[in-house]
Amino acid sequence: MESLSGRKKVLEQKPMNFWERMYLPAIFKGMAITFSHMFKKKETIHYPEQQREFSENWRGMHSLKRDEHGRERCTACGLCALSCPAEAITMISAERAKGEEHLYREEKYAAVYEINMLRCIFCGLCEEACPKEAIYLDGPIVPSDYLRKDFIYGKDKLVEKPLKEIEAEKAMSR
Amino acid sequence: MELEFLIEKTALVLVLFVLTLTIAAYSTWAERKVAAWLQDRVGPNRAGPFGLLQPLADGGKMFFKEEIIPSGANKYLFIAGPSLALLVSFLGTAVIPFGQNIEIFGRVVPLQVTDINVGILYIFGVVSLGVYGIMIGGWASNNKYSLMGAIRGASQNISYEIAMGLSIIALLMVTNTLSFKEIAAQQHGWHWNVLYQPLGFLIFLICAFAETNRVPFDLPECETELIGGYQTEYSAFKMGAYMFAEYINMFVSSVVMAVLYFGGYNYPGMDAVNQALGPTWGPLIGVGVMFFKIIAFIFFFMWVRWTVPRFRYDQLMDLGWKVLIPLAIANIVITAIVIVGFDLFNKL
Repeated sequence: MESLSGRKKVLEQKPMNFWERMYLPAIFKGMAITFSHMFKKKETIHYPEQQREFSENWRGMHSLKRDEHGRERCTACGLCALSCPAEAITMISAERAKGEEHLYREEKYAAVYEINMLRCIFCGLCEEACPKEAIYLDGPIVPSDYLRKDFIYGKDKLVEKPLKEIEAEKAMSR
Repeated sequence: MELEFLIEKTALVLVLFVLTLTIAAYSTWAERKVAAWLQDRVGPNRAGPFGLLQPLADGGKMFFKEEIIPSGANKYLFIAGPSLALLVSFLGTAVIPFGQNIEIFGRVVPLQVTDINVGILYIFGVVSLGVYGIMIGGWASNNKYSLMGAIRGASQNISYEIAMGLSIIALLMVTNTLSFKEIAAQQHGWHWNVLYQPLGFLIFLICAFAETNRVPFDLPECETELIGGYQTEYSAFKMGAYMFAEYINMFVSSVVMAVLYFGGYNYPGMDAVNQALGPTWGPLIGVGVMFFKIIAFIFFFMWVRWTVPRFRYDQLMDLGWKVLIPLAIANIVITAIVIVGFDLFNKL
């Protein structure tokens, strides 16, 4: 049949000659190729010690952000939980009491905020849904663990450290 | 029987037993390392330096895994299969000379457990017993995949034993003896049999791959078609026993090839070395040379495994019956003509 694209190539299949039918030359050629690979640079990245470089928009573990005064940005509106296609996010909201203004930016805050890291698919929709710029998937790879319950991350693991501690760490590293 | 003789042989047997186990265990490590290197990877490197404790970890894992015996299986034969495979694989090294006679405390010790005058026949007998382990295990599992793997194993081993035996006959025409000790001694210095029997060696090598069920002839256990072949229903250390038996078989065939075709403990310039180092240290160098050859062969087994894809079953049978057996017979005829020709030439 006529080829419509004009790119069709007919492969010519010749019967094998004596050396090709012996297979041994081809096998030795293959073995020479595999042997040469023994001395090539290994592609392995020794994971926990070495880490692959990630791109700028790579999505890792979530972190709940604080504002410039070190107050939690999250107002427990629930939009992230609503947008989550894997239903990985739950939260319980609470009202800010008097004297807690230095802890929470809005009048309402998340008393409990849990992400099930086994359900999360790291799509980043929570990040996009958040009106308060409170959640970002800018962390490292979620570490492995032994029990399912240990993959439900609460505020202790998710909320960013207070500003003072971060600055102290920066000062230490300098 | 004198006491020294008993002690000497017991020590030799124990050393050989431990050595075989160690080499088999570290072959699993080496296999993974070689596979990794050939594929630009690093291989096991977490357990101990360079991953050298990996075989211990694997062995421990095998021991503590749950043993499952399928309810439809024949319980006694199910256990007998791997036991037989492991037991039989150990027997082969008994007739192998690992070096020249060595002098220890003024006593001349041959580095060979026993020198029987039909050593090659003994090895062949023991190696062909190995297929019973596969056969019994595969049949006792009461599983179609296991049975098919077992049948493949049996027919493959029988087919390739013929070509192997024929290639050995040509070698025997050159050596005129069945004793491993004499064959090794004949290859003194440079007179390795591979130089006289290159085609025979090639046939023997290919058959050795088939006999040990290694890639490209690992049809009895090929994962893609038969899940695990005869090993499908096996778990824990019974599966480990089969795996161990395979590696010990690989070691034994490497040893046999080293002794029969590559001169065993012989190396060029050995007389000068023996004279310089005396009757104790000289032969030890020969032992070192022998093990170098064995390890080279084991590496070759692995190298081929990670290069060549598996044969199809009909291709395997074609190769065995239509190519290797006629080639081996041609090899016998050519060898005979050359030997008779030399005899006539010498008489003239």
